[in-house]
Amino acid sequence: MHPAIQGLLTIAIGVSACVGYFYLSNQILDKVLFPPRGPNAGRNINRANMIRPWLFLFPALAALGLYLAYPVVETLRLSLTDRVPGGGYTWAGLDNYIQMANEPKFWEAMRNNMLWLIVVPAMSTAFGLLVAQLTDRIRWGNLAKSLIFMPMAISFVGASVIWKLVYDTRPAEQDQIGMLNALYIFFGGTDPQTWLTIPFWNNFFLMIVLVWIQTGFAMVILSAALRGIPEETVEAAVLDGANPFQIFFRIKVPQIKTTILVVWTTITITVLKVFDIVFAMTNGQWETQVLANYMYDKLFRANDWGVGSASAMVIMLLVAPILVWNVRNARKEME
Amino acid sequence: MSDIAGTKPALRWVVHASVIFLVVLWVVPTLGLLISSFRTADQIATSGWWRSLFPSEQNLTLRSAAPDTQQLENGVYVIEGTLFDADSSTIISKWGINSRAIDAFEPGQTAELRRGGTITVDAQGNYRMENPEEFTGKRGARVFVTAELPPEFTLANYHKVLLAEDSTDSMGKAFFNTLTVTVPATIIPILVAAFAAYALAWMDFPGRALLIAAVVGLLVVPLQLALIPLLKFHLNIGIGKGYLGVWMAHTGFGMPLAIYLLRNYMAGLPRDLIENARVDGATEFQIFTKLILPLSFPALASFAIFQFLWTWNDLLVAKVFLIDASGQTTVMTNRIVELLGTRGGNWEILATAAFVSIAVPLAVFFAMQKYLVRGLLAGSVK
Repeated sequence: MHPAIQGLLTIAIGVSACVGYFYLSNQILDKVLFPPRGPNAGRNINRANMIRPWLFLFPALAALGLYLAYPVVETLRLSLTDRVPGGGYTWAGLDNYIQMANEPKFWEAMRNNMLWLIVVPAMSTAFGLLVAQLTDRIRWGNLAKSLIFMPMAISFVGASVIWKLVYDTRPAEQDQIGMLNALYIFFGGTDPQTWLTIPFWNNFFLMIVLVWIQTGFAMVILSAALRGIPEETVEAAVLDGANPFQIFFRIKVPQIKTTILVVWTTITITVLKVFDIVFAMTNGQWETQVLANYMYDKLFRANDWGVGSASAMVIMLLVAPILVWNVRNARKEME
Repeated sequence: MSDIAGTKPALRWVVHASVIFLVVLWVVPTLGLLISSFRTADQIATSGWWRSLFPSEQNLTLRSAAPDTQQLENGVYVIEGTLFDADSSTIISKWGINSRAIDAFEPGQTAELRRGGTITVDAQGNYRMENPEEFTGKRGARVFVTAELPPEFTLANYHKVLLAEDSTDSMGKAFFNTLTVTVPATIIPILVAAFAAYALAWMDFPGRALLIAAVVGLLVVPLQLALIPLLKFHLNIGIGKGYLGVWMAHTGFGMPLAIYLLRNYMAGLPRDLIENARVDGATEFQIFTKLILPLSFPALASFAIFQFLWTWNDLLVAKVFLIDASGQTTVMTNRIVELLGTRGGNWEILATAAFVSIAVPLAVFFAMQKYLVRGLLAGSVK
């Protein structure tokens, strides 16, 4: 069967199964199990209302449990076991973690990930805030914002191709076709550089790609936050003779501090999961390894599920503080 | 602020200039790839894409007509013609007949041919070869010209990438595979999540707050953790690698954001509306389908765009749950990564392939930006 037809069929089956499930389960509850009639009508209504939420929730909870909650536990288990050739697992304790800690590639990935964690959220948020503030009061601001927002729609892989062309290198005697080298030569550089193979600094060339993508996200959120600042506070500052920089840093930024924090943490999470950019541009060569790509290498190239799962747990551990913080905020908000 | 900027024109200009600078910085990399996708391999390899926007000086190797077209005029053998197409407006600045001295002659000058005879080339590319003896050989004489060429673009790359039948460069199949992954993976989670979101927003039951907190927590769980356990699970229940698996995976991974976005939106709907409906005797199922779903359209659209962009642009989930050894189910992102590896130098193929995959999300982005922004604002945990 052609996959496209299969796809259409899946949509039809999936949608009708969902609708059918919700409709029929509610019907059974109301008509068969606890009909709101007869001597026990009142009790039946109460009982039906106790069960109904779970009918609505069941498919979603099943998907959440199976695809996100269970894997956390299972990955933890896999990281503590070794696969026996031929099937089965043996308890390995912390062996996988120790083996991982002895690999220089792992520490390289950790170091790079820390760099990514510092640079990308900081740069994206700063650029986003800058653009949000600059475009706030100019007439073509919306057009400018929409163009800077555009990379959000481009895949990491597409962005990698775009930036690989920017970083392209030709031999010195030829015309450079990569913009960076062309500029470098224009401003007096002698030898064209292969930017992605310069250890340490190449990390920053990869980070630029993610900053380029994430700035739009930061800008959209911060721009809304800036609009939400009460006019009076700014007007009062103007009357007191504050200059634009003072107004921005002393009046506006403090009022949107929580939003900045939210943007920062959201980008941090994206950074921890970044895989495609490194995979497509350098595949971790020339000391550009990051945790997510290291994990992919271990799982699917070296077929080492133990160490692969251990490195996945490291990513989970790094995300954990943000997870806790988010949950606490959400609970506070609901009270 | 406008009043301050109004009193300080200098500051206003600085603002405009900085925004222009930033916009250019953000747009130019994409523009470079887009323009490259309309250039031939030779053009891309020999000059930067920014040069293609202006007339450029190029060195061309051309050939005169073959000796069998010669005519005898007053005892002299003559071959006449033009080096370019008849309607070409190219102007030659220098020319030569030897590859080591390609700019030896000015237009209008006459050169001695090695095999005997002379050739004269004018600025428009018209040439006249004369020889007292007969011209011999099968092919015409080589002429090297330096000429100012107008910008030139081609659709050949798109033709090749999209339509080439057996070519390994073909993106046509990958395009349909991506579409096949994306559409069900966008529609099904919406439906499942909408019911759950309604329950979490408007039904009262023990454990509700805990469930909402759990959804917020799962929002940030890296999907990297899910790869091996779920691949194992898919292999165990017999669906293996394939579309069904990738649809299920995307449904699961998209669920927290879907529930979170939709619940936040639904919780903001007016309480009276729902309670009046309840008093009027509507069942919860009716309230949901007749009232909540239509009212929640903006939130549904927001999530649909997110999920669409995310599944269309995804590489990792497709690699793990879909693409098997046969390579029949490859998606566009994966094809591009393969091209980067095997044909890293063939920018015309790469640029075109990348743009084929970027075009659809960009169109969706510009058409539905309003909903995307709204979704982002609702989705970032406040």
